[in-house]
Amino acid sequence: MLRTRPGFSLEATFAAPTPGVIALFGRSGSGKTTLVNIISGLAAPDAGDIRLGDDVLTDTRAAIAVPVERRRVGYVFQDARLFPHLNVTGNLRYGEKRARAAPRIIGFDEVVTLLGLAQLLQRRPRELSGGERQRVALGRALLSQPRLLLLDEPLASIDLARREEVLPYLEALRDRLAIPMVYVSHQFDEVLRLATHVVLLEAGKVLAQGPVNEVSLKPELQSIVGPDLVGAVLEGVVTRLDADNGTADVAVGRGTLQVSLRDVPVGSRVRLQLLARDVILATQPVQGLSVRNALASTVTAISNDDYGAVLVRLDVGGEIVLARITQNALQALKLRPGDAVWTLVKAVSTRGHAFRLAAPS
Amino acid sequence: MNDVPSSAELDALRLSLEVAARSVGFSLPLAVLVAWILTRARFPGRILFDAFVHLPLVLPPVAVGYVLLILFGARGPIGAWLRSHFGIQLAFTTAGAALATAVMTFPLMVRAIRLSLENIDRGLEEAARTLGAAPLDRFVSITLPLMLPGILAGAVTAFAAGLGEFGAVITFAANVPGVTRTLPLALYTAIQSPSGEALALRLALLSFALGLLGLLASELLVRRVRRLLGR
Repeated sequence: MLRTRPGFSLEATFAAPTPGVIALFGRSGSGKTTLVNIISGLAAPDAGDIRLGDDVLTDTRAAIAVPVERRRVGYVFQDARLFPHLNVTGNLRYGEKRARAAPRIIGFDEVVTLLGLAQLLQRRPRELSGGERQRVALGRALLSQPRLLLLDEPLASIDLARREEVLPYLEALRDRLAIPMVYVSHQFDEVLRLATHVVLLEAGKVLAQGPVNEVSLKPELQSIVGPDLVGAVLEGVVTRLDADNGTADVAVGRGTLQVSLRDVPVGSRVRLQLLARDVILATQPVQGLSVRNALASTVTAISNDDYGAVLVRLDVGGEIVLARITQNALQALKLRPGDAVWTLVKAVSTRGHAFRLAAPS
Repeated sequence: MNDVPSSAELDALRLSLEVAARSVGFSLPLAVLVAWILTRARFPGRILFDAFVHLPLVLPPVAVGYVLLILFGARGPIGAWLRSHFGIQLAFTTAGAALATAVMTFPLMVRAIRLSLENIDRGLEEAARTLGAAPLDRFVSITLPLMLPGILAGAVTAFAAGLGEFGAVITFAANVPGVTRTLPLALYTAIQSPSGEALALRLALLSFALGLLGLLASELLVRRVRRLLGR
């Protein structure tokens, strides 16, 4: 689809998996919100089309534009937009009442339980905290029984410390719901935690898109998140827990990683990010180091990054891992593609999140 | 004339209340519509329309009454039509006094309603749209309730101002005791008569008290409704 205004044009083509969470990731001003507004119908593209399953919502060539109120696309706004003259129940019921004819995806009681709203039902929006407001907005959108849920930076107006009031609920929804979600964010952390797929947007253009683990390896990501947050995303299964140690063994590809991870049952699918700056390379086996993971691997590619350092791409038991090292280190180790190296990863420097996806209905 | 105990003051008071109430009843729905058009609609000539609505604020009330007389008088284009089709006569009647009052207080009402409409976050209506509410549904379920403080403030202010409308009423509806002689007209009449000083003073005090009461009631009402609306 395409949309232009003076000094800005937006061109994006992507398909969202169902079920799944597709993240629109980019800096502010990259066109993320414009894109979700176009999907919801609140904004119109100059050219392009939007389909939901077999339904055409917008098609500029065929002059089709289904009105917002008939799209059945849920929208959670950055600023919640709860109706101030209604209490929480009134807000939740607003969309539900108007969706009587729609196939039900979720009921009132389940929304209240899932989002922890039982204590809030009689309150007015002004009596809620930022996190509570977003949870109500989420419930209100869900009860309108949407076929697609749009979330426009739902955490942006909540301070960092209180995001945990909302994030676990979003994870629970992702795991429970069988409808696709489009999640707008400029925090890669949120993408890592919630999304199955990601679209990188920059100045109205799609830089890259695909499953999160694939996109995590693309150099384009670095131009958005900067050099320090680049790192391979791996998916694996928890095979052993060491509660005393606070660690878990995670089977990834053909190998096993020991990582800091608590409260995740054995057998869970987890997603880990190994930040490239935290990965250490050695040409020989090392001893007497605190590093918990030393993995035999092969260098597959070496490239300069845009910040004066070097990104080394490694094959670790069939999975790809990135390491960011200095030019000096590269020369000292005389690394070349094809070389065998040891990849060292500290258990505490992996970031892991439990991640599973609802089965398609 | 009748055996109900009545005095000049009571008559005037009753008439003033009736005229003001009828004028508010008349103009409120129209004022909501006009406020909505002026805030939300974009059309050529909007500025002219805006100015026209506000004209009674700046025109001499006598001029407004005179225009009404030309249009709604027995031989005026609208007046003659109303009379032949519905048998309604406005000039020199209580209904006519209410019409003149409605025209004069209309801009006050529109301004109050418009102010509250401008304060409504359009994002709320967008949210209602995404939740499946069609235009009329949105207006009734979101816009109207949020406009309520403005509508109430407009109605009460217009009512209080309507109690004292003089120039347009006396020009269009004349000064008929018991029919169109409202408080200010009775006051004017009392001042004109050599022995009316005491009556004039009582009427003036009554007007003063009514006006004060009206403004206080308006303020309290608006506060209460705001709290109810969660703001």
